[in-house]
Amino acid sequence: MYKILLRQDLVPNVRLFKIAAPDVAKKAQAGQFVIIRLDEKGERIPLTIADWDAKEGSVTIVFMEVGTTTHRLARLKSGDSIANFVGPLGLPTHIEKFGTVVCVAGGFAVATIMPIARAMRDKGNKVIAIMGARNKNLIFWEDELRRVSDQLIVTTDDGSYARKGLVTEPLRELLEGHERIDRVIAIGPSIMMKFSAKTTQPFGVKTIVSLNPIMVDGTGMCGCCRVSVGGVTRFACMDGPDFDGHQVDWDLLFARQRTYLDEEKRSLEQCQSQHVVSSQIKVRG
Amino acid sequence: MAKVNLEREPMPRQDPRSRGKNFAEVALGYRPEQAKAEASRCLQCPKRPCVGGCPVGIDIPDFIEALRNDDMPEALRILKNKNSLPGICGRVCPQETQCEAVCVLAKKEAPVAIGRLERYVADWERANQQSVDSSPAPSEPSGKRVAVVGSGPAGLAVAADLAKLGHGVTLFEALHVAGGVLMYGIPEFRLPKAIVQAEVNYVTSLGVELKLDSVIGKIDTVDELLNDGYDAVFLATGAGLPMFLNIPGENLNGIYSANEFLTRVNLMEAYRFPEYDTPVKVGKRVAVIGGGNVAMDSARCALRLGAEEVYIIYRRSEAEMPARREEVENAKEEGIQFRLLTNPKQFLGNEQDWVVGMECYQMELAEPDESGRRRPVIKPGSEFVIDVDVVIVALGTTPNPLIAATTEGLETTRQGTVVADEAAGKTVKPKVWAGGDIVTGAATVISAMGAGKRAAASIDAYLKELA
Repeated sequence: MYKILLRQDLVPNVRLFKIAAPDVAKKAQAGQFVIIRLDEKGERIPLTIADWDAKEGSVTIVFMEVGTTTHRLARLKSGDSIANFVGPLGLPTHIEKFGTVVCVAGGFAVATIMPIARAMRDKGNKVIAIMGARNKNLIFWEDELRRVSDQLIVTTDDGSYARKGLVTEPLRELLEGHERIDRVIAIGPSIMMKFSAKTTQPFGVKTIVSLNPIMVDGTGMCGCCRVSVGGVTRFACMDGPDFDGHQVDWDLLFARQRTYLDEEKRSLEQCQSQHVVSSQIKVRG
Repeated sequence: MAKVNLEREPMPRQDPRSRGKNFAEVALGYRPEQAKAEASRCLQCPKRPCVGGCPVGIDIPDFIEALRNDDMPEALRILKNKNSLPGICGRVCPQETQCEAVCVLAKKEAPVAIGRLERYVADWERANQQSVDSSPAPSEPSGKRVAVVGSGPAGLAVAADLAKLGHGVTLFEALHVAGGVLMYGIPEFRLPKAIVQAEVNYVTSLGVELKLDSVIGKIDTVDELLNDGYDAVFLATGAGLPMFLNIPGENLNGIYSANEFLTRVNLMEAYRFPEYDTPVKVGKRVAVIGGGNVAMDSARCALRLGAEEVYIIYRRSEAEMPARREEVENAKEEGIQFRLLTNPKQFLGNEQDWVVGMECYQMELAEPDESGRRRPVIKPGSEFVIDVDVVIVALGTTPNPLIAATTEGLETTRQGTVVADEAAGKTVKPKVWAGGDIVTGAATVISAMGAGKRAAASIDAYLKELA
């Protein structure tokens, strides 16, 4: 069992959990992920590592409540435990001194981009960060990201905070500006990563995306996470999750991510109705 | 001399019509009087060819004699002396090509049903756990430590033997339960998971420390294990990487590797969705590509999930099928349809990127190839389409490259297997042994266990030299 050392509610629907997992903490690197499983009946889902502390033996994950597992996870508190926590999986993000690196984060992926931005800056890069959210209420870690970057641009889709618009707009402006951009890392919802890559492609700036297909074991055993990159089938769990965004077959990724839409809906409805029933029982004593 | 009895006791089995709808075990096991009758057929011949036919060298006539004499604790002791996992082996070993193939009565086509008797004794132990202690007396602790990477059949066998010899053993497993392919691959109806866990528990009862969720190469590497105080490492990570056909349309939704399909169904218990969280697509028309045991397992799982039509698509004829005869018969009885001499050309999808069909070639057999089997060749102009909504690709597996990629100084083959000597499992890297599918490529449970046992003896000899 892996104990939850700290739970923090960052914004509505996005939670931070710090988990005791010393073996993972010892080896974690920016860009890697873990597979978690809550209990005997749980599924295995991948979550990107947001932070780690080898001394404390802890690993931090940040997730949005979207499906059954993340909803069930969000019901847990500090001091509770989860059954399985495996990692660090996948290849770390390739970090070297490129020059100027733009780190683009969509939604709660600001948590995922943090260690990458930090590692890029530690290597001597100039880091320009762009973070975007749907609205003001979903913005978190603005100060934290500012601290690990040389420049930070914030956008909201509805203009309720900072600059109105999508992350691709300031990204395009940067590429059009006089400053040479050597590399772009874009992490967030698949559609945001696709359009970030589309934005950079005409400029020929290598753009790394972190793909999030459905996974089961996360160690190369099942092939569920297969993606097509440059016309070749790759396993995101072993060969990724980072890939060249200009080479990714995005339509295939979207299609495969939809595989279990019906089942996910059914499972979530059951999970929520059971939760309502059990909390009513508790209220009635 | 008593008259030789050539009537093998038949295995009681679930009715084929009802069993296609449940995941309960198909073979029900001998009743006591059947076990005794079958044991009495053993001639107790002096040459004991069956012992040589067993990859782990069980003293087969002796345990059968004990069974016949109603001395079950003794039968169990003899079995477990050589085999720590008899409940598993009694179910999934291909006895027909091993011990039973060389039985003197095999000449009369009625070999003693050794596997069924082995299972009977193992099941007797599970039913009488409180009353019997089959564990050997613990050896003096040697003070030596061995890391075993992977808890499938080879890993369990080596861990059990080394623990019995007094060595400290840590068994690392990447998944959330021990057992490897016994848990994720072989279905409940052929090998109940409770049996695997009971035998894993036996191994840990010998003092083996089991570390789940531990991906060696991602947490510690093999070299770090050796630097951190392990005196030897045994690699038993199996052949976990699925092969695909690499034909157009293979990434459409609804196309699974057998590994993924079986992992969802067996390990994650997707057949109990939504009570269990992991889903699996239940097809109406399911095609399984391949002719091995894994293909049979996949087809029979798909049937049990509720598929209306399940096809085995195999490019050669039935004679060349690598699956066990018994599993082919079981599949046929349950209504699995065999489309032989058929090979997929491409998969066809709908607008939502779901597989809806499979274009296939008719094949015919030419002269034998290097495997000795007749080579399948395409019949020109023979393309036709089969309507399907789920496809399971069961073409085989190769070793996961993680260990080789993260370990300095291992020798690997082009197929990705680790080079180790057959007799002892020694690799070219000092202090590192390997065995099972990581060395041989996908093979059988018992051959992996045999490799584990041989390596345990070699590791033990090495550790004694150190002392």
